[in-house]
Amino acid sequence: MNVIARFARRHDLTCRRAVELITDYLDKALPGRQRADVERHLSRCPHCSEYLRQLKATIMAIGRVDSDQLSPDVKNTLILLYRRNEG
Amino acid sequence: MRTAGSDHQLLIRLRARDEGAFTELVQRYHRPLVRLAGAFVSRDELAEDVAQETWLAMLKGLDKFEGRSSLRTWLFQICVNRARSIGERDHRTVPVEHIEPAVDAEQFSPTGAWTSPPTPWPERDLADDAAMLARIRQAISELPQLQRLVVTMRDIDGVTSSEVCQVLSISEANQRVLLHRGRANIRHGIDEAVIRR
Repeated sequence: MNVIARFARRHDLTCRRAVELITDYLDKALPGRQRADVERHLSRCPHCSEYLRQLKATIMAIGRVDSDQLSPDVKNTLILLYRRNEG
Repeated sequence: MRTAGSDHQLLIRLRARDEGAFTELVQRYHRPLVRLAGAFVSRDELAEDVAQETWLAMLKGLDKFEGRSSLRTWLFQICVNRARSIGERDHRTVPVEHIEPAVDAEQFSPTGAWTSPPTPWPERDLADDAAMLARIRQAISELPQLQRLVVTMRDIDGVTSSEVCQVLSISEANQRVLLHRGRANIRHGIDEAVIRR
């Protein structure tokens, strides 16, 4: 095995490890070399790339579960609370 | 959710006894406060009570607030402290976090390769499907408490990771582990719903 192959092998992540690092990767919380390892793995692994796509879709959908506005009743109760406290 | 900068302006107005500033804060943070409290207490009306008590505590403590944290972090901290004590009185069992792998262990071989790789999902926005949104809400409510708190604050309320750590008194590393596991559990719930169709 030549030097380049040995280097590549040392930095090859397993799928299990790549999946564990995905939130850190999305949060830009990985040190440079580990980030590069994840990117290299994702560029070669269609399954982990699919997992990343699904996790991003999950995060987008979680962000839309609460579309309700504050109800007028609750808002009025809180304004009364404010006025009682101030008065 | 808006920035801490605009919260600062609201704080100045609030200290000048501007009711409009209070109304804006309520619009912005009441629902996040109820969600936060909901992870500690067993009933919706208790979570609503905790959120209301949080507003009252904020108003009473306004002159003493030194601004060492953002107004939002302070509000969330008041809420968590109150919700914790009510949760204990309410005999709500606080689940001990069971740290399990993000993906079912059997999906990987002993060498760490996928044995059951993810099946592609349909190319449409999950949030456009009301039944799917209901499934996601359910999955969030079924998460272990700390995962639910972190996912709710980060992905629904748009709170930063450092604020989550301050509010819940956890490390950055723990916050990321909890966020990852929470998101992975919800992805799993969505995946099951997609496969069943």
